[in-house]
Amino acid sequence: MNRSRAAPYALSAPALLLFALMVLLPLALTALLSFQQFSYESGVQGGFTLAAYAAVLGDGFYWEVFGRTGWVALLATLICIAIGTPEAYILSRMRPPWRSAFLLVILAPLLVSVVVRAFGWSLVLGPAGFVNQFFEAIGIGRVRMLYTPIAVVVALVHVMLPFMVIPVWTSLQKLDPMVENAALSLGASRFTVLRRVVLPQVLPGLLSGALIVFALSASALAIPGLLGGRRLKMVATLIYDEYLHELNWPLGAAIALALLAVNLAVMLGTQALIEGHYRKRLGA
Amino acid sequence: MKNGPVALGFHALVVSFMLAPLVVVCLVAFTPADTLQIPWGAYSLRWFRAVFAHGDLVSSFVNSLVVALLAASGSVLLAVPAALAIARHRFPGRQALNGLLMSPLIVPHLVLGVALLRLFALLGVRGSTLWLTLAHVVIVTPYALRLMLAALAGADPAVEQAARSLGASRWTVFRRVTLPLMLPGVTGGWLLAFINSFDEVTMSIFITSPQTVTLPVRMYMIATESIDPMMAAVSALIVALTAVVMLVLDRLYGLDKVLVGQQ
Repeated sequence: MNRSRAAPYALSAPALLLFALMVLLPLALTALLSFQQFSYESGVQGGFTLAAYAAVLGDGFYWEVFGRTGWVALLATLICIAIGTPEAYILSRMRPPWRSAFLLVILAPLLVSVVVRAFGWSLVLGPAGFVNQFFEAIGIGRVRMLYTPIAVVVALVHVMLPFMVIPVWTSLQKLDPMVENAALSLGASRFTVLRRVVLPQVLPGLLSGALIVFALSASALAIPGLLGGRRLKMVATLIYDEYLHELNWPLGAAIALALLAVNLAVMLGTQALIEGHYRKRLGA
Repeated sequence: MKNGPVALGFHALVVSFMLAPLVVVCLVAFTPADTLQIPWGAYSLRWFRAVFAHGDLVSSFVNSLVVALLAASGSVLLAVPAALAIARHRFPGRQALNGLLMSPLIVPHLVLGVALLRLFALLGVRGSTLWLTLAHVVIVTPYALRLMLAALAGADPAVEQAARSLGASRWTVFRRVTLPLMLPGVTGGWLLAFINSFDEVTMSIFITSPQTVTLPVRMYMIATESIDPMMAAVSALIVALTAVVMLVLDRLYGLDKVLVGQQ
């Protein structure tokens, strides 16, 4: 009896040890680091200070970067909802060979390195890129997109769209097409069926997809780094600069922890909201 | 039910949006010119030759390959027993263990990167391939674990109990019954872990040193300095490698199941 009670702990001990050493300990060290003193002459010192947090909260520049990151991530999320939800619905209505083939086309870019995809977008959106050639051909003239929020949002949508399609697709799998047919045969319009039958079914998937997309967009580094250029700072590129260029680690740690806190609040908060919604519907 | 013409038009736009940057990159890789343009008519392999002549890129590719092979194998070795514990036992702390092992999916890789940078600096192990690999094991373990848990959920524990009651030892049950049942999850998990480690850039950018720079980090560095068609050629090679891994994954496990998760 004793042996089988210890068994799960013995089985999971190697993974547990590694994660304690490589996840919990470094996060704790980073939390400590954010309270340590720093000067450009002597680097990181001991002691306890709120200087890093005061510097972030007291400087309009950081508010601006957080604000920009927030709206860019929110815009990418809204576009992903607007494109990903109907696309998942269209995919679910396709016939078998086409359905899985196109699902793969939509999801497969997930496995290609984000650096490659960001580079691809810099070719498509650059000054001599294909979108600008098209704009010139139809007489609009060149539009500057690279190193502006436009390029960042477009590339974020491209990278995040699979994370939106997957949960919506999953919740659509549980929808019996007969329910839609029943509503249609009882005289509901196509729009009413979408609004009253399909939308309530996909809402939990839509919400969980949206929060994953928002959290990943807000912390993305390679896309704003490559497509936003040096001047268009986002939280992730700011943290990168503080750590690797300014070498002000306590300040970088404070910003990174703020980002983590916002991400966790969005993730766990929305999850609680979805579960509450389900519990209410189940009447428990 | 069928999709209307409006729906199919929308679908065509979404599909071209998803494929456009990848197709453009692969075409530009074959340009004979010095600038980034799609070759119309004349093709050349000169930029692919430039990739293989570029010492830094080749050594970064080798680094990435070594780290990804070791990290994928390490994550499978950790995830198999952990999946058995989570799927086949009820014990205090089970939820917390599952949450901790899945946490790299929720904690941004950027935050893990700066946190590990601090740890590595304190331990004095920046530039160590071993520690870089351990960090990669952490971030790819959730992918391996998820597929194995799904494989175990689909396997009836009664089969294992039957083997036990017929006198097989715990080890024999694992080797002859449980492991074969979860084998698709193990191989699928290994491949998914491999490709995720090979592609990882956001965490690695903080914890690689000049000797251990991985391919995506090297590409990021090159792309922020200058861009020429050589970048397109490397990208095309990565797309080709990814396509091969995807085909194998699809054969072994069904790619839609790997990416969408088990229902």
